Amino acid sequence: MPTSSEPATAVSVRGLSKTYSITPAHARPISIGEAITARLRRPLARHPKELFQALTDVSLDVQEGEAVGIIGRNGAGKSTLLKILSRITTPTAGRVEISGRVGSLLEVGTGFHPQLTGRENIYLNGSILGMKKKEITSHFDSIVDFAEVHRFLDTPVKRYSSGMYVRLAFAVAAHLEPEILIVDEVLAVGDAEFQKRCLGKMGEVTTQEGRTVLFVSHNMAAIESFCARAVYLSAGQLVSDGPTRATIDRYLSDGTRGDRTAPGVWDFEDLERTQPDARKILVGLEVRSTEGALTDTILMGQGLRLDIRTRGLHLPDDVVYVRINTQSGVAMMSFETVMKQLEVLRTVPDYDLVTMTIPGLQLAAGSYSIELTVVEGRRSGRRALDHIERAAEIGIAECDVYGSGYKVSPNGPCGVVFADAHWEAWRDGSLVARSFGSDGERLRPAPGLGLSG
Amino acid sequence: MTGVGPAPLDPSPTVGTEPKPLTVIVPGSTAVGQYLRDLGHFRGLIWVLAVRDIKLRYRQTALGASWVVIQPLLSAGVLGFVFGKVARLPTDGIPTFLFVFCGMVAFSCFTSAAGRAAGSLLGNTGLVSKIYFPRLVLPFSTAVSVLLDLLVSSCVLAVLLFTTGVTPGAGILLLPVWLLLLLALAQGFGAAAASVSVRYRDVQQIVPVVLQLMLYASPVAYSVRAIPARYQDLYHLNPVAALLEAFRWSVLGTPFPGSWYLAYSATVCVATFVVGALVLERMEKTFADVI
Repeated sequence: MPTSSEPATAVSVRGLSKTYSITPAHARPISIGEAITARLRRPLARHPKELFQALTDVSLDVQEGEAVGIIGRNGAGKSTLLKILSRITTPTAGRVEISGRVGSLLEVGTGFHPQLTGRENIYLNGSILGMKKKEITSHFDSIVDFAEVHRFLDTPVKRYSSGMYVRLAFAVAAHLEPEILIVDEVLAVGDAEFQKRCLGKMGEVTTQEGRTVLFVSHNMAAIESFCARAVYLSAGQLVSDGPTRATIDRYLSDGTRGDRTAPGVWDFEDLERTQPDARKILVGLEVRSTEGALTDTILMGQGLRLDIRTRGLHLPDDVVYVRINTQSGVAMMSFETVMKQLEVLRTVPDYDLVTMTIPGLQLAAGSYSIELTVVEGRRSGRRALDHIERAAEIGIAECDVYGSGYKVSPNGPCGVVFADAHWEAWRDGSLVARSFGSDGERLRPAPGLGLSG
Repeated sequence: MTGVGPAPLDPSPTVGTEPKPLTVIVPGSTAVGQYLRDLGHFRGLIWVLAVRDIKLRYRQTALGASWVVIQPLLSAGVLGFVFGKVARLPTDGIPTFLFVFCGMVAFSCFTSAAGRAAGSLLGNTGLVSKIYFPRLVLPFSTAVSVLLDLLVSSCVLAVLLFTTGVTPGAGILLLPVWLLLLLALAQGFGAAAASVSVRYRDVQQIVPVVLQLMLYASPVAYSVRAIPARYQDLYHLNPVAALLEAFRWSVLGTPFPGSWYLAYSATVCVATFVVGALVLERMEKTFADVI
């Protein structure tokens, strides 16, 4: 290794911007015929183009051997940035200089062909990712070991289970050895055990000498363990760049959030939206118990009612989305007005209050945020009209849901959701032990098992 | 993490050994020099994708690769019957089947090269939207399978020549030139069609029709002498015409095409190739956003 005292710059990004022009779905010709007739009808008309600024003036320097995490919410421009760095698409303005061979991994299994065998796909995928045939051959055994597909090497991958498929795809990608590695969210695949091994492999890759890594993920723990430095993108702009912990903190505390004016009452009137062309349809939100009392906290298993105050909302053409997220932004559940038939009793110009009632929320104790989105009509391209990232915070308090004193907490190994269950133990066809129902009552034995108990 | 310790399992030989290539990304198209450098770097991929296509084409077919032989024989039989026996168009004194098969070998080399190249971008959407490589790799890779088909059908042609007792003269040496020109025309046409088809899928519908029309507008199943003298100039606007004549001159010793016609064809072929490649190279930056 050349031991220069100060590391050279591997990636230099200067004033990078990317604008997509999105023609509204109804105005876009999809065939030459349509394009020609539209042109003939109005020869001078210009398409009513809308511009979407995916990246705005992003500058960034990455030193050789550095691992940098890129975080941000969906649509913040992370993938666009990686696509430009991988040269899949070009910027609208700015300049990037990259010194060294780039390998990019925006998806596992790109170029995999279902008809080809595992062996053939290893070579095909490897070459597509930029490996030389010699490199693939020298890594072949360790790829097969990592993917655990020895017995199926000569089987077409269309007969693989989805787990095997993903393992093989990741294994090939993990053996890519460019000087600069660009990775987008590839760890979000496979089962927990496999994810753990992928993370281990990623750790190995990022700590290899001289390797520069750019890593996009929503998994904050992974970012923190591989990257000493992280950058935070929001609405196409680079908001924060520095030590990983500080950037993650900034990210987690960010986002449009409602003003809490009283317990359970959230107001969005004066809230600045991140989306520049947002219409302020969402006015406020009241969080209530199913009985109608305003509240900040409910008990585990209890129900919830959300009163969403709106202005200029047109149902059922517009769609209201409600999402419940964990504090790190992972979606736990989402609801939308079109998930059930909405019966219109009386036609009115618009609506000013939409309520949603969840009879029982089976989330573990912890604090969650509520995200609200209003999307334009189902026909015209699903454009978001208004969006509030953290409209409200709700706490879910621990409670003896099983009636036994057992605790379910989201930070433990128990998971984030819970459900009721009961247990029985049998010996020689007769019931010898059983659990109590949550109301303290003895449950009847499960039907179809043994004798009448 | 776990693997921070001593030497990693497989020390990367590429790191630090050779001077690092500098890549510059700016708005608009890549500089031609950088593009050619990339094309050189990804030449292996042309081969890999070609092998994939060849393997896939005849997988799960009962007759497998013998289709390469059966297909041209079948179409030569049908065309020979219709044009030679029913319509009684002239074949320069060569047995009809041999005459038509010979034309078919050259012409199907052109049509399959053009057709496959034209579908090469939309047929690899996943690659185009997720991986960078010079997109010219895709149409180029289709040419390999065309050449393989050509090799097989040439063997069949050789057998036919042997059984009918026709011996080609020294003109056979120029055969690769005609085929290369045909391929250049097909690749140029295919690359341009593929580029436009990314935005307008209509092209996928038009290309087969155009190629079908060219079959009738080219001297595949009949001799150019079937065309009245006053239409000869018009007829030879089709650049394929003179090349098919030249091809048959090399193999069967039929009359050599007019040298002006041939010069015109050669120019059109080279120009089409250059223009087609440039169209694709200029447009490829937008593919990932549109495809």
